[in-house]
Amino acid sequence: MSTGLLFALVGAALFPMGVAGLLVQRHLLRRILAFNLMGSGAFLILVGLAQRQDVADPVPQAMVLTGIVVAVAATALALALTRRLYALTGRLELPDVEHD
Amino acid sequence: MKKIAIQLAALVFALVLGSAMLDLDPAPVDLRPAVAAHLEASGVAHPVTAVLLNYRGYDTLLEVAVLLLALFAILAVIPDSQTGRPTPAAPVLQTLARLAVPLMLVTATFLLWAGAFRPGGAFQAGSVLAAALVLLHLTGLLAGWPQPGARLRWGLAAGFLVFLAVAAALLLQGHLLQYPPAWAGLLILCIEFALTLSLGLLLAGLFLFLSRDTEGAP
Repeated sequence: MSTGLLFALVGAALFPMGVAGLLVQRHLLRRILAFNLMGSGAFLILVGLAQRQDVADPVPQAMVLTGIVVAVAATALALALTRRLYALTGRLELPDVEHD
Repeated sequence: MKKIAIQLAALVFALVLGSAMLDLDPAPVDLRPAVAAHLEASGVAHPVTAVLLNYRGYDTLLEVAVLLLALFAILAVIPDSQTGRPTPAAPVLQTLARLAVPLMLVTATFLLWAGAFRPGGAFQAGSVLAAALVLLHLTGLLAGWPQPGARLRWGLAAGFLVFLAVAAALLLQGHLLQYPPAWAGLLILCIEFALTLSLGLLLAGLFLFLSRDTEGAP
């Protein structure tokens, strides 16, 4: 098994962990962490699968570099919104959805 | 009950995804020869930098726009508040930060310069620059930023504006971000320089603008 495939398999383990965390956790910080775990899993899969034959492919690497920066921006925005929610309501959980 | 169901579903998904990867055929499209064949005309010698700023320059342009947009949204969300200076850290930590920051500036400059022919480039250099600013803030040597003044605003937008200006100028030739091979190296260097400065300020701003609003801190 090549290193690239190992990266991809780790990514395949991380992504569902992130999805489960996003669905199960209630605390918003944990949800943001889970969301980042999903992102890291996707990046590992992209880069890992592209270098299965142990030769790096620059195109997915550049795409992942772009993705990482966008993920950082999204995380910062999510943290800003969470802090605002805490300042306004004193809670770190989203209100329950009303079922009609 | 619901939790266990979700976790089981995630486990099954992970196993299916993993086993699908194990017997995946080699990719039918291989872009490596195409990247290598045009490297000569791209103006840089490192394939990742060539993809980022030449072949798929519009991705990078939009990425910087997204980063700028996220910072605008953060500035709109957090309330106006005055912060005093942050509580200073221990003297040893402050001295170490004072020693580390000039080295980090040198590292950022090296990464920017190295991007043309080896791993490195504007994004890596920008994040080192941002880390230096955050380090100064955490050790109490730099206060959290208030609403940005005119100079900081120009600094934050400079990378995007320079990139956009180059893209608009090249559009006159008929193609978005298709550099003439003779000018490609110089144009990419200009864009990378402006991007490094802006990305450093943007990434540091994501932290420093948020940290001024200490009353709202959980």
